[in-house]
Amino acid sequence: MKTMLKLTAASVALCAGIGMANAETLRWARAGDSLTLDPHAQNEGPTHALAHQMYEPLLQRDMSAQIIPALATSWAPTDDPKVWEFKLREGVKFHGGEDFTADDVVFSLKRAMMPTSAMKELLNSIADVRKVDDNTVHIETKGPNPLLPNNLTNLFIMDSDWTVSNGCEAPQDIANGGDNPCVRSVNGTGAYVLESRKQDSQTILKQNENYWGKGEFPLEVTEIIYTPIQESATRVSALLSGEVDLIQDVPVQDLARVAETDGLALSTAPQNRTIFFGMNVGDADLGSDTVDGKNPLADQRVREAMNIAINRDAIKKVVMRDQSAPTGVIMPPFVNGWTEELDAYPAYDVAKAKSLMEEAGYGDGFGLTLNCPNDRYINDEAICQAAVGMLGQIGIKVNLDAKPKAQHFPLIKNKETDFYMLGWGVPTFDSEYIFNYLTHTTTDKLGSWNGTRFSNADIDSKIESLASETDIEVRNQTISDIWNTVQAETIYLPIHNQVLNWGMKDAINFPVQPEDQPHFKFMSFKK
Amino acid sequence: MSTETQKGAEARPEFKEVVTTSTWQRWMHSDIWHSYKRSPVIIVSSLTFLVLVLGAVLSPLISPYTPFDPASLNLMNGFTKPMSANEFTGDYFLLGTDDQGRDVLSTILFGLRISLFVGVVAVLFAMTLGVVLGLVSGYVGGWVDGMIMRIADIQMTFPSIMVAMLLYGIGKGLIPPDLRDEMAIWVLIISIGLSEWVQFARTVRGATMVERQKEYVQAGNLIGLSRWSIMLRHILPNVTGPILVIATISLALAIIAEATLSFLGVGAPKTEPSLGTLINVGRQYILSGEWWILLFPSLTLLALALSVNLFGDWLRDILNPKLR
Repeated sequence: MKTMLKLTAASVALCAGIGMANAETLRWARAGDSLTLDPHAQNEGPTHALAHQMYEPLLQRDMSAQIIPALATSWAPTDDPKVWEFKLREGVKFHGGEDFTADDVVFSLKRAMMPTSAMKELLNSIADVRKVDDNTVHIETKGPNPLLPNNLTNLFIMDSDWTVSNGCEAPQDIANGGDNPCVRSVNGTGAYVLESRKQDSQTILKQNENYWGKGEFPLEVTEIIYTPIQESATRVSALLSGEVDLIQDVPVQDLARVAETDGLALSTAPQNRTIFFGMNVGDADLGSDTVDGKNPLADQRVREAMNIAINRDAIKKVVMRDQSAPTGVIMPPFVNGWTEELDAYPAYDVAKAKSLMEEAGYGDGFGLTLNCPNDRYINDEAICQAAVGMLGQIGIKVNLDAKPKAQHFPLIKNKETDFYMLGWGVPTFDSEYIFNYLTHTTTDKLGSWNGTRFSNADIDSKIESLASETDIEVRNQTISDIWNTVQAETIYLPIHNQVLNWGMKDAINFPVQPEDQPHFKFMSFKK
Repeated sequence: MSTETQKGAEARPEFKEVVTTSTWQRWMHSDIWHSYKRSPVIIVSSLTFLVLVLGAVLSPLISPYTPFDPASLNLMNGFTKPMSANEFTGDYFLLGTDDQGRDVLSTILFGLRISLFVGVVAVLFAMTLGVVLGLVSGYVGGWVDGMIMRIADIQMTFPSIMVAMLLYGIGKGLIPPDLRDEMAIWVLIISIGLSEWVQFARTVRGATMVERQKEYVQAGNLIGLSRWSIMLRHILPNVTGPILVIATISLALAIIAEATLSFLGVGAPKTEPSLGTLINVGRQYILSGEWWILLFPSLTLLALALSVNLFGDWLRDILNPKLR
């Protein structure tokens, strides 16, 4: 009996020992996976979040969303305000051992400006990128662009030789189902190296032994095991049972439980992201509605009716359990251009909405398909279901089509949906980014996520002027003008700004990052 | 058989009473009724089944809310506890509401309709297909038999839920997006039906092979009846016993298959939840204390599947002389 006890004690001690050794492995879960490892092919939060562990931009946002140097050590406009000089970090090597030089920066930024790149709207103001010497790069903009650095926080630098020899000179062409080897392999300069990856199942990263940032960042996590878990109950169970150490998307209904569980901690902060519905306002007729020969969504009165038929307070109360901030504009308060007047949302008024529908000639309503993701935003499908009911009350019979984001997003980019849910985060913290992607007419360079088909030449030229307007007063006035038109047209139905909740072991020191981007090199453990 | 009895009755008038008994009275004297009366389990399960079927059929009349009309829902009713009124709207819900403010009781009643409809039609479909293929296979034999049975063998190697999911995926792909919601139920029926026909075909084939050797079939052959006429009018009535048993057991399986597919999110549309969809919704809230969304539909599904299954077991015992 005594031996038994000793054995048990020994095995308990052994287990504890193993537990400590494993403390450096971080098991991380969120609802959806990165869509591709090609760093310029998708401009999407979870895709960037994974890429940030392995690739690095010239400058990045830290855990409090402040801009800090990454591959560039300093940057400033030269005497010519149109030319920015970036001094590059010396002695940096890619995971494959190649030296990081100015050639790689020129190559990567040019790659990100190609037509198949999802990042091109961010680089829209750039006229040319030039190597000055091995450690200096000049970026020339079309006009002076004081906000250029803000646009570079998610622009990852690839090794030019490695990328070319792998045959991925151009970014993966998502819209046409394109593929290239860089979708599955990585050669970055980041703190973590790709060990293995099964799309939508598991990705394992190991610490980069030669990382330049040793001594500068905690780098206490030596291995990352990333598992997307779509089902919210399964995800939170994985955290409660200790199967994972950190989950990014804690289901709102389980917040209290996570907070109250011993050994777990909840980290909460408002997110820089708005959730909204987009409507096809531009086409003469819609494919997915029940009205022949006309587009009901082209009528502003119908859009206004839909806007006031949505009970944002009820969505906040019931679907989000108070974990959201209802809004009347598709812009979170972090963004330059945000005002309280824009943010104020219209009162929920079914009677007025019905009379607007009547006025527009749709008193009997119509049918319409709503496309919705089910693994991207907090309670995305539940919000869509609630909207189906609310729009039903003003006679719009909505047919809900909820799909994983990998199938949902192409519908918006390829203009195959007339009514859709989208969430938009603003990494530049400036309205121009929203306009460039969501408001400008879709062209080769801009408006790639404008699924509304909204097109207004005057607005387009105002948006384009923002890139080179140096007078901040004038620029802010233009931003305000554009918002006023966009709001008056009601081309989007804003719902709310998300509140972020990360659940984690309480031994982890990790604040919520307002862009929902965990940078694991900053993570440390409580001793 | 019946003509013989009538002749006998004319010759022996003292049996007249027995002869003129109604079907009802004959039923009351039968072994089946005797066995039914003596088995409390089967009485309870058949009554349960009857109540559930009545609830499903009468759901538009008896359910307090109309859960499948999204416009009638009030989101503020979401997550109301059972046997209580909502704090904002004052609406009362006997079994509580789900995340969208749907009355759980009404949704169960309407969901039962979907479950039973899909189950019954899928079994009828599987039965028709399986019986015809089984008869042909057993009666014709040779390469036709070989081919049909090999297809059945191949299908048996896949779990039936996988076959159903595969067929469902193909079906969804072929249907234009705006018809998907309306067609979802039919795709579900066909996929479940196609995954269940093998049991019928195998059993009918076996029974047919035995019947084929019997004199009445040879007699039919001699007087020149067509193959189809022999198969359908003479062999089929003699193999109905096992078909009935399989049909009941298949019904339980089909109901569960429908719930499984809906649970996995590939069955009934989310805006028209069946029992499986409701269980899936409820599962998300089980950790946060909203137990009623999961519990009540699960109990209903359990009661439905169990009662059908017990009935099937009992029927098998009754119709199989060796087990009596």
